[in-house]
Amino acid sequence: MRVLLAALAAILFLSPTLQAQPTTVQEVLQAHGDAIAKGSRKSIGPAIDAIAASGLPQAQTVLETWQAKDMWQRKSDGLFFSAKEVAKKTYRLTDFDTGQTVGEFDKGDLRQLKPNSGVRALIGVALVQFQLSDPDPARRLDALTAIQRDPEPSHLAPLRASIDGETDPAIKIRKQQLETLLTIRFDSDDASRIAAIETISKDISLDTRATLNTLLATTRKAAPGAVPETENIAAVLKPGTEQLSAGDAYTLLADNGLAPALITDGEQRNILSANISGGKVSGVPVASLNTQAARDRAYAALVAEGKAVPRPTAEDITAALANHSFYDAYFEPSKPVTDAAAKALKSVEIRVAFNQTLDLALDGISLASIFFLAAIGLAITFGVMGVINMAHGEFIMMGAYTGYVVQQFIPNYTVSILVALPLAFAVTFAAGVAMERLVIRHLYNRPLETLLATFGISIALQQIAKNIFGTQARPLTAPEWLDGAWVLNDVVSISFIRIAIFALALIFLGVFLFIMRRTRLGLETRAVTQNPRMAASMGINPDRVNMLTFGLGSGIAGIAGVAIGLFAKVTSELGSDYIVQSFMTVVVGGVGNIWGTLAGAAMIGFLQKGIEWMNPSNTLAAQTYMIIFIIIFIQFRPRGIIALKGRAAGD
Amino acid sequence: MNFLKSTLAGATMLAGLAGTAFAAEDTIKIGVLHSLSGTMAISETTLKDTMLMLIDEQNKKGGVLGKQLEAVVVDPASDWPLFAEKARELLTVEEVDVMFGCWTSVSRKSVLPVIEELNGLLFYPVQYEGEESSKNVFYTGAAPNQQAIPATDYFLEELGVEKFALLGTDYVYPRTTNNILESYLKGKGIAEEDIFVNYTPFGHSDWSKIVADVVALGADGKKVGVISTINGDANIGFYKELAAAGVSADDIPVVAFSVGEEELSGLDTTNLVGHLAAWNYFQSAESDLNEEFIAKWKAFAGEERVTNDPMEAHVIGFEMYVKALEKAGTTDVDAVREAMYGIEVPNLTGGTAVMLPNHHLAKPVLIGEIQEDGQFDIISQTEEVPGDAWTDFLPESAVLKSDWKELGCGMYNTDTKSCVQLLSNY
Amino acid sequence: MSKSLFARNPSVLIFLACLALFTLGVTALSEALGTGLISTSFVKTLGKTLCLCLIAIAMDLVWGYTGILSLGHFAFFGLGGYMIGMWLMYERTRDIIVTSMANNDIPPTPQEVTDAIGNQIFGVVGSSDFPVIWAFSHSLTLQLVLVVAVPGLLALVFGWLAFRSRVTGVYLSILTQAMTLALALFLFQNDSGLRGNNGLSGLQNLPGLDAVPQATVSLWFLWASALALGLGYLFAAWVVSGKFGSVLRGIRDDEARVRFLGYSVETYKLFIFTVTAIIAGIAGALYYPQAGIINPAEIAPIASIYLAVWVAIGGRGRLYGAVIGAAFVSLVSTWFTGGQVPSIPLGFYTIDWVDWWLVLLGLSFVLVTLFAPRGIGGLFDYWTNGRPPNRHGQDLGPGAGALQEKEADA
Repeated sequence: MRVLLAALAAILFLSPTLQAQPTTVQEVLQAHGDAIAKGSRKSIGPAIDAIAASGLPQAQTVLETWQAKDMWQRKSDGLFFSAKEVAKKTYRLTDFDTGQTVGEFDKGDLRQLKPNSGVRALIGVALVQFQLSDPDPARRLDALTAIQRDPEPSHLAPLRASIDGETDPAIKIRKQQLETLLTIRFDSDDASRIAAIETISKDISLDTRATLNTLLATTRKAAPGAVPETENIAAVLKPGTEQLSAGDAYTLLADNGLAPALITDGEQRNILSANISGGKVSGVPVASLNTQAARDRAYAALVAEGKAVPRPTAEDITAALANHSFYDAYFEPSKPVTDAAAKALKSVEIRVAFNQTLDLALDGISLASIFFLAAIGLAITFGVMGVINMAHGEFIMMGAYTGYVVQQFIPNYTVSILVALPLAFAVTFAAGVAMERLVIRHLYNRPLETLLATFGISIALQQIAKNIFGTQARPLTAPEWLDGAWVLNDVVSISFIRIAIFALALIFLGVFLFIMRRTRLGLETRAVTQNPRMAASMGINPDRVNMLTFGLGSGIAGIAGVAIGLFAKVTSELGSDYIVQSFMTVVVGGVGNIWGTLAGAAMIGFLQKGIEWMNPSNTLAAQTYMIIFIIIFIQFRPRGIIALKGRAAGD
Repeated sequence: MNFLKSTLAGATMLAGLAGTAFAAEDTIKIGVLHSLSGTMAISETTLKDTMLMLIDEQNKKGGVLGKQLEAVVVDPASDWPLFAEKARELLTVEEVDVMFGCWTSVSRKSVLPVIEELNGLLFYPVQYEGEESSKNVFYTGAAPNQQAIPATDYFLEELGVEKFALLGTDYVYPRTTNNILESYLKGKGIAEEDIFVNYTPFGHSDWSKIVADVVALGADGKKVGVISTINGDANIGFYKELAAAGVSADDIPVVAFSVGEEELSGLDTTNLVGHLAAWNYFQSAESDLNEEFIAKWKAFAGEERVTNDPMEAHVIGFEMYVKALEKAGTTDVDAVREAMYGIEVPNLTGGTAVMLPNHHLAKPVLIGEIQEDGQFDIISQTEEVPGDAWTDFLPESAVLKSDWKELGCGMYNTDTKSCVQLLSNY
Repeated sequence: MSKSLFARNPSVLIFLACLALFTLGVTALSEALGTGLISTSFVKTLGKTLCLCLIAIAMDLVWGYTGILSLGHFAFFGLGGYMIGMWLMYERTRDIIVTSMANNDIPPTPQEVTDAIGNQIFGVVGSSDFPVIWAFSHSLTLQLVLVVAVPGLLALVFGWLAFRSRVTGVYLSILTQAMTLALALFLFQNDSGLRGNNGLSGLQNLPGLDAVPQATVSLWFLWASALALGLGYLFAAWVVSGKFGSVLRGIRDDEARVRFLGYSVETYKLFIFTVTAIIAGIAGALYYPQAGIINPAEIAPIASIYLAVWVAIGGRGRLYGAVIGAAFVSLVSTWFTGGQVPSIPLGFYTIDWVDWWLVLLGLSFVLVTLFAPRGIGGLFDYWTNGRPPNRHGQDLGPGAGALQEKEADA
């Protein structure tokens, strides 16, 4: 049955009279049934064109349905329908032409057409003509996006025509922008192209640069003698310079058949090996061919016998390079246009470079605020109290898992985060107090042992987290209003979640300063840190103060955990990823001073981003070099960026 | 749920111990060499459970060659040297007949010298970088030409991508795969400056700069596509940043080779819809065999569990081994190895998998788009592609060929017509 | 100073005798030369444990005796392994290449051989050129020199920088940890030229000795490790026994006083730091051929912290304590993680040791630090004196953390 229909469809397709006037869209679809069913971008073009050009009123609906993956094929007769799921595994089919329901079918009898995103983009392009003036603004935007993704010369005219009738001011602006870009690329008049180029020379958007760069695409060519006049030359190159090494230049010649190809050592070996006879290659014994010099001699002998082509000598190569000119030529033939574009691009690129620096700075600030947030709890426990807490990272982890658990119970992300923050503080505060009471207070005079004991706690906590939550990363999802990014332009943008982390870091800085300078606890903490005995004799209970301070530092770590979990991932190793960096932040910045921690975080954040920028292909290298830099830095400023002076420095 | 899992693991461990004590002479011992603790535990424990399920099932059918199968489970704890030690223990102390195991390339390379020395047999179920064909290993996962190359072709032909960002975690699989892809893309006329390569450490979380770099690649008007060999947890940060930057799959499609159903279960996938993954198996594959397998798995391991590609590789590997045992009539390693060639078993995705003389499988390649429910919508499925041990796209490897049946060599140089070496590179 | 080293430290002789007995016993029970009661893989485990004991002695010297809590000694251990691994890999690959190229119709040029070796070794990580650091890999002698020189030099430079600027205490610990982390991250990069995350593998196969079974090779390494441990113990006992040892302990208990007494504290520290780094390098060079593979994960900061854990549990400030700690904890660890320990069913939940062992280790570590600062080695005090060393009621130093006189003697 199906074969028959396909055959029928083929006949319909081949028959010119019938194809010229399809009466139903189903006929058009059937004519291209195989291509549509196959759904490959390479072969789908004619089918989409046929539907779009059929002139039928249903064409737009069909294309839109298809694009939305809602077009299904009935297996029994190969007809295409719009389908809607009415029950599990049951679909209601609607005929495109009549708009009437055909019936409800089991999924097994149907086949869904799944256009891949390449095909969907082609459909989008075909839909442009219908959608540019569609009453629905969303569809008009779809059309503009389609043009933006795959601009075609044919889009220019309908786009221009649609601008005047546009009612939505925002869409109108976008249409005008697109129109400028299309003019630059496809307009036939050089003058209007140049005028359009000039209008965008201050625009750093990705599309502008894409348009200009496409215009300025070059190809590298070689020609005998001087540079040909006919080409639109971008640059003339000299072989043996940085832009074009002598080797590359010669390869270019050889590839274009302008010079004999180089023979590599391996090829030479193969030629020699092909000419072995009786244990010798032109009289040279094979056994002696274990040096390059001997091989060259044997090869020379082969050449003399006419059994091989000579290898180009260094002189040959130099001569060949001298006799040819090398240049980059634009694909675009019009010189005034490329000149204008190059000028515009240059001014754009200066702006882009400036904006990239800005973006890098934002990234640096963001990373710094993450480090600061991870380290601020440590700045209290280590910086103020002098207690090394290797389990600090695990407190961060506990905070993050608290956030995860809360989300399991409270499905609303906003509410759950608001609950998770204080809860994480409470959980880690309790954990910190417990640890201080049970372990750390016995070790106040033995800092190295504190380090080891807290490390023991750290491995135990990490393993317990693994036992409870598994080793797989757990999701901690940010509320919707934190999705997305603050976009200044196409170069500078930063995600809201990072801004939130930055804000959180600032808040904690404020809280820290407030507690330490303005509250009784802060005063007592400072007193106990400086001289516990004297403080005790003034009526302060050092035990209580130590406990509370340690709990505070741990609690802040818990909140940091929620924030870090939101932007990265929640795993049992979350804490250990940050612990070394956190300690470095505190040590580099200067122990005992919150501003030092801030400076340390800023330095590490910016440094890491800076190194990443210099070596974008290897992030690992950035981390390595940063640590090495810190090690060296500490050699020269052992007390950190902001060192306490005099008595406060202690030992 | 984890309590349950560990209880289960403990119970099997006990059963394993008891089994060793009371086992009669005529059982066929199957070593399971998967990490049950450490960083790889999450991925590998699933495979251990799969093996236990398969062995259990086979025993209910009456075993093989009239003998029962017995699983010997050890825990190499994600510690690479320990893999070698445990493999030696399995082969010399437990005297297993075959091993199913390993996940990372490093662990495989660590085990290789031991099994080659002691003539053991290993079924390796994970997609890997190729460039290897050991006499003692059967590779049931995908070689690069069964995953990376078809996915790249899909990018080139179906999506019209002209500029590539190859992002990977810094270890051997991404490095070699990206090397092969770079060479392949250049062969397809993609200029060197249109290929952006970046490596990040394991568990990397700060992706803003890299995502910005990828977006900026579009500045010259070419369509950009990302080929991701990012491993494990790092994917979460990457996709989160991608979503935050508002990069849709239509603008910059991402195809991942290490992201499967298991990894997606740690993510909110609403913003990832439309991004791609290439595997030889997806849970969403529509076939009766697959539905049956999923049902069995859920009954065995729990309703919320998902199935993935390496699991299918173990299923195929195990069934092939059983068939080879029946064909050879003995558990002798060399006899079984000879019997393996040409054995066919049905794929869960339809069609059949064939064991080739180069110890790789012929399997279909599937490309799926991520859906909101964390499953994949299969949008492209090829015919069976024969796995190629030595890639054709690197000059040094193009001349190499593996054929253990006819040539008796895993690294045969077709230029010089000689066997380069019988043992593998480690 | 009249009495000999052994007379002053009877424990040294006892230890050496135990070590010799142990080695003989293992040999007698091994598969290669004895009854075969101990499997080859267990011989390897024991050999590796001896190497760990050796680095624990180094750690004890630097931490237990000198008070520098270095969290970076596994970096030196790993470097030693890498240095010997380079030769092992190069030479084994060269053997294979030369054999295979002998079948070619045209004999290979030296360049072709080198290229082929490079391709074999680095093909795995997608490269084929020899990095500069492999320049000496063809020579066993030179690489053996590097086993000592590379960790030694790194320690010397790092130590000089750190001690010169008076970085002490926890700061130094964090700094050494940063050093290990930086080294591990560096080695994780493929560009480092040491095959990145894959590291060097197949190290158990000795070049040119393909015919010798692993059972024999493992025994050779066990003997070598035992010898190294014995010599290391002797050396360490000698270092800590004389006046030099007293100065070291002085530095541990009160650095400032020693400095005021006119000793060059920095030089002493630098010396002990470098020497222990060299010992660690040697231990690593013996360890990794037995393990078969070395990769950057081995030198992650956590490894060095475990080293401190072993020494602390064994009992620092006494050499046999370090050995006991390393042997005990690493063997027990293997036993627990090997899945051989029966789980404890509690009815509602089963304690599975594969999962809970680390928790137990972590907590026992806290307990040892809090309640038994002398570790397992402290038990010997009950045996030798019948009671803990006589405390004079006052600490030696001004801080409560300083050890007492008797402890310092042990």
